[in-house]
Amino acid sequence: MKNAVGREIPEELLNSGLRNGKGYEVYQGKGYRDGKYIKKQGPTTKIYQKPSESKILPSIREAVIKSGLKDGMTVSFHHHFRDGDYIVNMVMKEIVDLGIKDITIAASSLGSAHDPIADYIEQGIVTGIQTSGIRGRMGDVVSHGKLKTPAILRSHGGRVRAVEEGDVHIDVAFIGAPTCDEYGNARALGGKSDCGVLSYAVPDSEYADKVVVITDTLVPYPNFPASIHGINVDYVVKVDEIGNPKKIASAAARMTQNPRDLMMAENVAKIMTSTPWFKDGFSFQTGAGGPSLAVNRFLEPLMVERGIKMAWAIGGITGPICELQRKGLVGKIIDVQDFDVAAIEDIRTNPNHYEMTASEYANPANKGAFVNKLDFVVLAALEVDIDFNVNVITGSDGVLRGAPGGHPDTAEGAKCCIIVTPLTRGRMATICEKVVTVTTPGDCVDVVVTDYGLSVNPKRQDIIECLDKAGIKHVPIKELQEKAYSMVGKPDDLQWKDKVVAILEARDGTILDVVREIKPYEM
Amino acid sequence: MELKAVGTAGTLESSDVMITIEPTKSGGIDLSLESSVINQYGRQIKAQVLDSLKRLGVENAKVIVNDHGALDCTIKARVECAYYRGCQCDVDGTYPWGGVIR
Amino acid sequence: MSIPRPKPEKFRLRRTMMFMNAQKPGLIKDAYIYGADSIMLDLEDAVAENQKDSARFSLYHALKEIDYGDTEVIVRINGLDTPHWKEDIRVVVAGGADGIRIAKTESAQDVKTVDAAVTEAEKEFGVEVGRTLLMAAVESPKGVLNAYEICTASPRLFGVAISGGDYRKCMQVKVIPGGIEMLAARGHLLVAARAAGVQCFDTVFTNINDDEGFRAEVKQNVEMGFDGKSLVNPRQINIVHEMLAPTPKEIAEAEKIVRAYREHAAEGVGVFTIEGGKMIDIAFVPGAERVIKLAKASGIYEGDL
Repeated sequence: MKNAVGREIPEELLNSGLRNGKGYEVYQGKGYRDGKYIKKQGPTTKIYQKPSESKILPSIREAVIKSGLKDGMTVSFHHHFRDGDYIVNMVMKEIVDLGIKDITIAASSLGSAHDPIADYIEQGIVTGIQTSGIRGRMGDVVSHGKLKTPAILRSHGGRVRAVEEGDVHIDVAFIGAPTCDEYGNARALGGKSDCGVLSYAVPDSEYADKVVVITDTLVPYPNFPASIHGINVDYVVKVDEIGNPKKIASAAARMTQNPRDLMMAENVAKIMTSTPWFKDGFSFQTGAGGPSLAVNRFLEPLMVERGIKMAWAIGGITGPICELQRKGLVGKIIDVQDFDVAAIEDIRTNPNHYEMTASEYANPANKGAFVNKLDFVVLAALEVDIDFNVNVITGSDGVLRGAPGGHPDTAEGAKCCIIVTPLTRGRMATICEKVVTVTTPGDCVDVVVTDYGLSVNPKRQDIIECLDKAGIKHVPIKELQEKAYSMVGKPDDLQWKDKVVAILEARDGTILDVVREIKPYEM
Repeated sequence: MELKAVGTAGTLESSDVMITIEPTKSGGIDLSLESSVINQYGRQIKAQVLDSLKRLGVENAKVIVNDHGALDCTIKARVECAYYRGCQCDVDGTYPWGGVIR
Repeated sequence: MSIPRPKPEKFRLRRTMMFMNAQKPGLIKDAYIYGADSIMLDLEDAVAENQKDSARFSLYHALKEIDYGDTEVIVRINGLDTPHWKEDIRVVVAGGADGIRIAKTESAQDVKTVDAAVTEAEKEFGVEVGRTLLMAAVESPKGVLNAYEICTASPRLFGVAISGGDYRKCMQVKVIPGGIEMLAARGHLLVAARAAGVQCFDTVFTNINDDEGFRAEVKQNVEMGFDGKSLVNPRQINIVHEMLAPTPKEIAEAEKIVRAYREHAAEGVGVFTIEGGKMIDIAFVPGAERVIKLAKASGIYEGDL
């Protein structure tokens, strides 16, 4: 069945039961489920009536046993430790050693730190993956059809919706935390591996049947203000190290010096200033990639010139936006993840830098998340096609190597979604006829800025008028694509097998696209 | 002009291609191709390399192509450079621009 | 796929001339996107001694296959004291570049030597004789002293550029904010170029992180009368264009002159009045036309001239 972005979705997936037994719908377009009422699925909790002292267990193994984890169950993890994470591998090793099998991992994201999971997939021990990001060896084995069921890939907001709506039921959540007390109150600051916030772990703590916090730094009770509340936690385990601090928080994000990135960033800033939303009190989110991050630098003089300030910035936070705030140009920073040491240091000390939950950030199925009030979001892309569909998950070889992250959430929520990407990367045409995989639907994408010019989605005549008035030149996206192909040649179509290896869920839980098993290349 | 030795040109940088041409006595062109964009451009890269070799009159050679997303103009340039290096030509000699180099 | 370039225009706008290593595919494939008036594909200092051959192959195919649009494409060839320059000239002419930058020019003879080799190459490759333009980079005190004879050495030559690196070494001076150490060379070269009726370009500013210093230098360039500047980083392009852009008042004045001149041209008068009653000599017209051209190139001209 063809969906609203023209992707053929196999009928048999719709009633395959992959959505925790419920049927799937295909993607119907922007805002399809807006205004509907749904019932949240509550987790199992436990009565603690008598005086008690501690929830500490001696080992992860003990916690796995006590949690009652069995064959066929679902475990969850968060990705605040990024490439420095030890938790996923430590926990999965114990699960495998205990002989538990047919496990589904439902993580907020997974990365190249989790290569060992690829082995468990190949051995048939891990049979389900639900995540935002999938990279490295795991992406490879899944793309080659080794996972028993299709991986389900969701945006950050879509994941919270899925958890709350019961599309995925987490049996046991394993939450790594930089600090924790004996009763399970956990924070992202104060230990050996500070990660700033624990936003993505909050829904897991609230909706999993069993919650295990794993820390390397036990602190006295009560560890407040807590990100993960002890009232939701069953067990606490202390280990030597939860992660590699160097990889958890990268060195302060440096502004790119690449002239191409800077040129694109400057153009993004100019576009923003030409719209009615660039006024005192505007809101903003930008990615951590080179050109997206550099937009901060070009906004500063434009804001000063107009005498306006940003009311709030959200998202994955990096040093440059904190710096802008220190200069008095940003009211509040509302933080869902920290990408560099500068951002972590800032949330430690700055009273106007707040932690929010993943639900508050981007969940389409609560009563209004931050993304819905965003004026501008600036995002990167691997590919954008002539219908403005964006791919951030599959590479030019068709292998899974990315993450939708907050991309689809912010794109749908924001008043003006700007994608910034070079026209070509090496020989890859970034602006193409048809993206390999749709991860953000084109009806949510407003402007695409490249090093060869920019294009506005014809759905946004209001933005076109603004640019015309400001004398900012723009071209039909088809022109950009043709220019790209004139440089790199028309790419051959990728060769796929029939087997679906991953489902791309739209943030509302409909199916946006599927990824099939890649055929080895034959010349 | 005849291939006398192994000729190499190009780098492993992004947007570049490294080409190695080794003379052989017979057996035609033995091409091995690695590319970061093989699924989408493998066919075109191979055709470009073979086309350039044919124009240069190379009939027998072992050719290794290690591509990191080079455009056709770069592929041609690297094949030709590797070839003339393999022929041990004078670096500042007179080259057939617009002739077999085109 | 071959894109023949139109015949180069000898006196075009050349505010910014950006250097690009001809050996780097990632750089030359689209060096024009930053909007420099001219790009300078470099076969000289940017290319290692053992890659001179490789750079020529890259250059040839880039010239033949990449659509540089309105951007002028100049190639800096290796010095006449190296074994490379002759083959450099052949490839540049065969590829159809707009012009050649002669490095380390010291005398009129240097220009004539290159001119002769270019003529020979044009004949060999069936290119219209005289099509390929030349510019001379002056990099030594001797070159500065011979500036006028250099500027008048060839009808192909559209301009001269002072090159600070080697010149400062010869003069035993370092880079001084304010440019006192380059003052004599800049001044002399400008005077010679104007006397010969060719363009004059200033040297590169290499500290790309010193925006303030760069702006100060460009300001001085403009005030001294340079036509443009050699650049090493695309980030510097917009700054130069911005600082060379005429003011709205200058544009308005230029418009009046050009309009009045066109009205009176048919009558063959040498002096005429413009709106407001000001008397204008015909000698002001080329300057006014240049202002309009600059305004158009700077993207700030809204009139219909």
